[in-house]
Amino acid sequence: MMNKQGRPTHGAAGDHAHFETISGDRGLDHEEPLLFEIGRLGKCGVDLPETELKHDRLGGLRRRGAIGLPGLSEPEIVRHFVRLSRKNYAIDAGLYPLGSCTMKHNPRLNEKMARLPGFADIHPLQPVSTVQGALMLIEQLAHWLKLLTNMPAVAMSPKAGAHGEQCGLKAIKAAHQARGEKRSVILVPESAHGTNPATAALVGFTVEEVPANERGRVDLAALKSKLGPHVAAVMLTNPNTCGLFENDMRAIADAVHKAGAYFYCDGANFNAIVGRVRPGDLGIDAMHINLHKTFSTPHGGGGPGAGPVVLSEALAPFAPLPLIVHDNNGFRLIEDDAEAKGRDLKPFGRMCAFHGQMGMFVRAMAYMLSHGADGLAQVAGDAVLNANYVLASLKDVMSAPFGSGPCMHEALFDDAFLKDTGVSTLDIAKALIDEGYHPMTMYFPLVVHGAMLIEPTETESKHALDDFIRVMRGLAEQAKSNDKSRFEGAPFLAPRRRLDETAAARKPVLRWTPPAKTTAQAAE
Amino acid sequence: MRYLPLTETDRRSMLGVIGAKSVDDLFRDVPREAYLTTLVDLPMHAGEIEVERELAKLANRDVAAGAVPFFVGAGAYRHHVPASVDHLIQRSEFLTSYTPYQPEIAQGTLQYLFEFQTQVAMLTGMEVANASMYDGSTAATEAVLMAARVTGKKRVVLSGNLHPHYAETIRTTAETAGLEIVSGRAAAGAGETADHLLDENTACLVVQNPDFFGSLRDLTPLSEAAHAKGALLVAVVTEIVSLGSVTPPGEMGADIVAAEGQSIGNALNFGGPYVGLFATRQKFVRQMPGRLVGETVDVEGRRGYVLTLSTREQHIRRDKATSNICTNSGLCCLAFTIHLALLGEEGFGRLAGLSHERAVMTADRLAKLRGVEVLTPTFFNEFTVRLPKPAADIVEKLTKENVLGGVPVSRLMPHDKTMANLLVIAATELTTPADIDAFATALSKVLS
Repeated sequence: MMNKQGRPTHGAAGDHAHFETISGDRGLDHEEPLLFEIGRLGKCGVDLPETELKHDRLGGLRRRGAIGLPGLSEPEIVRHFVRLSRKNYAIDAGLYPLGSCTMKHNPRLNEKMARLPGFADIHPLQPVSTVQGALMLIEQLAHWLKLLTNMPAVAMSPKAGAHGEQCGLKAIKAAHQARGEKRSVILVPESAHGTNPATAALVGFTVEEVPANERGRVDLAALKSKLGPHVAAVMLTNPNTCGLFENDMRAIADAVHKAGAYFYCDGANFNAIVGRVRPGDLGIDAMHINLHKTFSTPHGGGGPGAGPVVLSEALAPFAPLPLIVHDNNGFRLIEDDAEAKGRDLKPFGRMCAFHGQMGMFVRAMAYMLSHGADGLAQVAGDAVLNANYVLASLKDVMSAPFGSGPCMHEALFDDAFLKDTGVSTLDIAKALIDEGYHPMTMYFPLVVHGAMLIEPTETESKHALDDFIRVMRGLAEQAKSNDKSRFEGAPFLAPRRRLDETAAARKPVLRWTPPAKTTAQAAE
Repeated sequence: MRYLPLTETDRRSMLGVIGAKSVDDLFRDVPREAYLTTLVDLPMHAGEIEVERELAKLANRDVAAGAVPFFVGAGAYRHHVPASVDHLIQRSEFLTSYTPYQPEIAQGTLQYLFEFQTQVAMLTGMEVANASMYDGSTAATEAVLMAARVTGKKRVVLSGNLHPHYAETIRTTAETAGLEIVSGRAAAGAGETADHLLDENTACLVVQNPDFFGSLRDLTPLSEAAHAKGALLVAVVTEIVSLGSVTPPGEMGADIVAAEGQSIGNALNFGGPYVGLFATRQKFVRQMPGRLVGETVDVEGRRGYVLTLSTREQHIRRDKATSNICTNSGLCCLAFTIHLALLGEEGFGRLAGLSHERAVMTADRLAKLRGVEVLTPTFFNEFTVRLPKPAADIVEKLTKENVLGGVPVSRLMPHDKTMANLLVIAATELTTPADIDAFATALSKVLS
């Protein structure tokens, strides 16, 4: 029997916990209004003096009218954001089984190093003689990235993985143009991450999909049949988004090059092979590396990222500005096309203002120095071991379409085991929230039905994995036992229950509006 | 190894469950010739002591902005960030959380993004803003792509007084996205002329205010000129603090505002990570790039926030997406939100007022030096002077006097000989009278 709120009534949690509080808060879980709803005129969280300037130089463009920003004291602001923070799940608090995200531990040493004034308090346009340490760090990071991938060059400026994909495809387009060729098609597997086709379209290519074979890898014969003089490049992820190593990489590279095309590798899954396999040995021409995945820079609730792109000999001349060079005077930047051309380089342009995500470079460098060659090889080994342990421990109660062989750093399940239960992948994911976990990646990749992609990463202990496995087994068994009570309407225990995303999209409210204005708008 | 929790006992036990002989066995799908049998030729692991020592050695080779009189701007500005900001953004639940795709356990992130979107719309005088982009230059690029989508036209006119890096970034993306870019001529302290390049095929006019040289202008006539040709006005703002003193682009007819938010909450960081601000009119909402957070309710009727209008984005629309973007600026965005919350209306106004005041003091002091001519009569916190000799050399010599005295225009416009003697100088609330004295003394010495 269900109570009004749909909470399962199987006893122990205690119905005495269902009373209404006076405050609307529940224990440590506080409801928190918007800044604009608690701010007041006349309050301020900083003490700044007023300007003594009598006559401004603003050319009559002095801002008139209030901006509308709320005023609050420091204690109120600290409390506001601390309360907000407590509504978030985080890797510091628990495992994220998120396939293709590589949610590993974010070492705090990285944060300390990034805040050294010699890295944080320097301006990109200071004279280069005053920032030799920073330039040296970027070069050192570039060196490690090249050695780990066995590639001769790297473009450091892309600000995120998708930005790196754009950089790689731009270099490929420039290389074709330099040969006087116009090739308009990029081949992309059906299992590709959405950024791949989106980026291809942005750079002016059209996309053709290549199917997977029954082993979950790119169908080599199908790919070869699609190659031709109109194909500019192939974009593959390796290990692929099903968590499997593309064994035919070398054969693919050879076929691609023979057809006059280039091989772009999406490096999102580099965590599976870092220190053990160098993509350059497999024949790639470009690969972006997500520093916020493999190299532990924090996800920060959605950013910032960094996506440097390693490049082959063929593509290296087209790397975008700026370039870092070293001569008798030390390190300096080539920021100008003409100077680059003087060195026989043909940068395709510039990806963004200034030089790249220095803050993330320092963090990644601290991580790499801490791990070293031995530590990084162990990262990949433990990441793959952890994923296989999860796969082996769950495949008897769940369905793993490629479970007959080893996976790499992530294990793929589909919803076959949920057939006829009335429970979906989404329901399992939301029930996981009640169990104290962030859901796994769901409905991606698109090549299996109701996909559940699980990537534990190497920073999870065996104990943490065993706890997770126990919960997944329990949920799978409950789903199959036809007891839907804990799935329907989950989650029940999170700071919010399921949110109405349809209503949000139908009538978008994307900001707070002052009440007077709302009335006026309603009157229109 | 301190970050890796598995023990040898763990590994053996796990391999037993898996039914594999060794970890290498799990890599059997890797072709043998590609599977490394020795470690990559890089140093072995190191403890915190050694890592700190090595990185500190590099950091100590740099001249930090706070250590000397500092007047460098041109797209990134040194402002004071209150202590609470950095403390709050390092809370685990903000620092180490993922993108808020599961809103039930990400209301912290979603609510502050909703607050950020509101702040950005208010500052820019626009109706709606997104949850941030990588930086101002990529935000400006996305604005151009959006204008092309909205108008269906393919020609883009850039002001010659747009930050050169922004112009280059726009060109780089636009040329493979099938757009034609034309630029006006750069001119320090003169009127805008790019509007003369507008025609019926123009999707947008991109102008920066304050511009690269620091000049302020009323964008209203430019927006009228653009609209008359069926084009949109894209307004770029590289110093967001200016909106505490200056009429915002939204009140001057801008259709899209692309700005750099670094000045609020974020350190100089040698160029990144920064935070791009993107704001526009409500009617264009479905053409916006980037993440959007919207208000809704949960099944118990409680207000909450979710990522919304995701059908614009790559993970749904793939090659038909409005943009390829996957990340926003997350933590930099949070730093912006917290800092601006601490400032509030009054604090933000004072911050802007002080920045303007210090720049006026600097300009007036330097104008008294022989051979120094201030070219920009209107400005916010940045202005351009003409020197009697090439500015790049002057700046090098000032460095030897322990003054970081601005950005020579030739660094970003190396081929325009008329720019060789021009220097762009910025000041903020952190600029002291002693700094200004030191700058004037050093400049005077170097010029003599």
